[in-house]
Amino acid sequence: MMPTRSSSASYWIGFGVVLALLAIAPLVLPEFWRRFVTEILIWGLLAMSLDILIGYTGMVSFGHSAFFGLGMYGAAAALLMVRPPNLWLAALYGLVGAGVLAVFVAYFATRLRDIYFSITTLVFSQIFYVIIFTWTEVTGGENGLNFRQPPFAIPGMVSISFTPVTLHWFVLGVVTLSYLILRRMTQSPFGKVLQSIRENEVRTRAIGYHIERYKIVAVMLSGLFAGLAGVLYALQNKFAAPDFVFFVVSGEVVIFNVIGGMGTLVGPVAGAAFFFLLREGFSRFFTEYYLIPVGIIFILMVIFVPQGLLGFLKRRLNP
Amino acid sequence: MAIPFDLLLIQIVNGIVSGMILALVASGLTLIFGIMDVVNFAHGELFMLGAYVGTTVMVATGNFWLALVVASLTIALLGAVIQMTTLRPLLGRDPLTTILATFGISLVLQNWALYKFGPVARKIQEPFTGHFTLFYLEYPWYRIVIALLSAAIIGALWLFMKYGKYGIWIRATTQDRVMAQAMGIPVPLVHTLVFAIGAAMAAASGVLFGPLVGVNHAMGLDLILKAFIVVVVGGMGNLGGSVLASIFISMLEAFASIWVSPAQAVIVSFVVLILTLLFRPTGLFVPTPK
Repeated sequence: MMPTRSSSASYWIGFGVVLALLAIAPLVLPEFWRRFVTEILIWGLLAMSLDILIGYTGMVSFGHSAFFGLGMYGAAAALLMVRPPNLWLAALYGLVGAGVLAVFVAYFATRLRDIYFSITTLVFSQIFYVIIFTWTEVTGGENGLNFRQPPFAIPGMVSISFTPVTLHWFVLGVVTLSYLILRRMTQSPFGKVLQSIRENEVRTRAIGYHIERYKIVAVMLSGLFAGLAGVLYALQNKFAAPDFVFFVVSGEVVIFNVIGGMGTLVGPVAGAAFFFLLREGFSRFFTEYYLIPVGIIFILMVIFVPQGLLGFLKRRLNP
Repeated sequence: MAIPFDLLLIQIVNGIVSGMILALVASGLTLIFGIMDVVNFAHGELFMLGAYVGTTVMVATGNFWLALVVASLTIALLGAVIQMTTLRPLLGRDPLTTILATFGISLVLQNWALYKFGPVARKIQEPFTGHFTLFYLEYPWYRIVIALLSAAIIGALWLFMKYGKYGIWIRATTQDRVMAQAMGIPVPLVHTLVFAIGAAMAAASGVLFGPLVGVNHAMGLDLILKAFIVVVVGGMGNLGGSVLASIFISMLEAFASIWVSPAQAVIVSFVVLILTLLFRPTGLFVPTPK
């Protein structure tokens, strides 16, 4: 179906408005909410990367915390070992770490389908959790690693240290760019094959596509962007901790996708925002037990609103 | 390094004991999966809540066996309610939605337990404290009793499935849901019954396991991962395979923990899982599919 000119125009207008709002957000919001928006963007990127698998290829990964964590620890390694700390090197280390892990996981996990794929990714992420948790000399074990934030530097031009506002813009830039790349990818022939695997794997194979290769590349791509989210999170919080590799984090990211609307890319970001807003709202009354009402809302949404908050926009967002 | 034979023998006994506990949890999980295509993420939480109900009854009455029965029945009821309210509406949808729903349930139950019982671990007093000498160790009789009791419960389940009227209904529903319905079997009721049985088994193992480790709100997390591994290694929906796989994996971990810390020994079972998936994706303990 070719997009009509007017729907495409309204899409870009909507895109511009949301982007502008997010760009001015740190200038008008108080400290707490500014940080809140930045965090949502980072978690949103992680959720978006998972959407490539859940929403577009039909594979539910329960192990995305591993890629996120590897991005985080990769960035930590670069920032702790290389002097002076370099932002781009941190990103590179994080992406290489997450990418290598993604190839490894993809090679094994993509041989399996449905629930078996989910369980395999879950188990892989737990392997890395155990390794990170117990290898105290290298990873800092339970305490994790602390480091300093690197400055934003373009070699030979500028080198300025991040303020919370510029960090927000940096994160926004990376997330927006990732969104555009992923969106372009889902519209490419490659993305169409992934969606065809989601709709009917047997038929896609019968047509002659080598679906294993497509799946491996999908997991790799997804893992890379998850790693990028990990790098951003490390930059913002200046630490890497094993808690973020634990599979509960993977589960939360799946929740973002389901709440926000799978197969829309922006839906998961909205899902992350909704989840964190619920958490803020409920933790006023339920303190640390906020997951009780949030969990109930989640179950109700799985049963009654399976397409998610932005599911009604699915057509518009995927021309 | 010389292999310490006495240590190996002790670890064999340990492996069998923890394997039987694991088998009790995993057979409930695999039963639920086999009949409903539901991967029950909340199974570990049913195990944990069973242990909590057990401690509560123990504190009130002091009778371990009463605690075991009450916990099983309470959690069976809870399981039935969960199945009717959240899983029944999802029947016929993508099986993945049931993973999401049960994951939500597990979050709710786990945090509810934290809220209700607090973060401090509780202890269930073991019903007897006798020991016998195993090499240089004073080995508690209670552990042997757990293994036997677990085996008895699993054996009872097997007999029920093989000869009981409702067991035959369950097996018929597993084989062909539509045909079973056509023959007059109340399929929705069978689903609820199976979920309740699985929940009761999880609760029973929670109470049995309680005296060995502290009862806390996160005790289900570790176990559910192991149970998943066992269910995949044993072959999804295969009761006998799950029991064998539980013992196999627990023994491997017990051996590995002679040389590395128990936290790292878990990796052994992960590796077994990966190798199984690569070479025998239908499970280790089933005939090779033709």
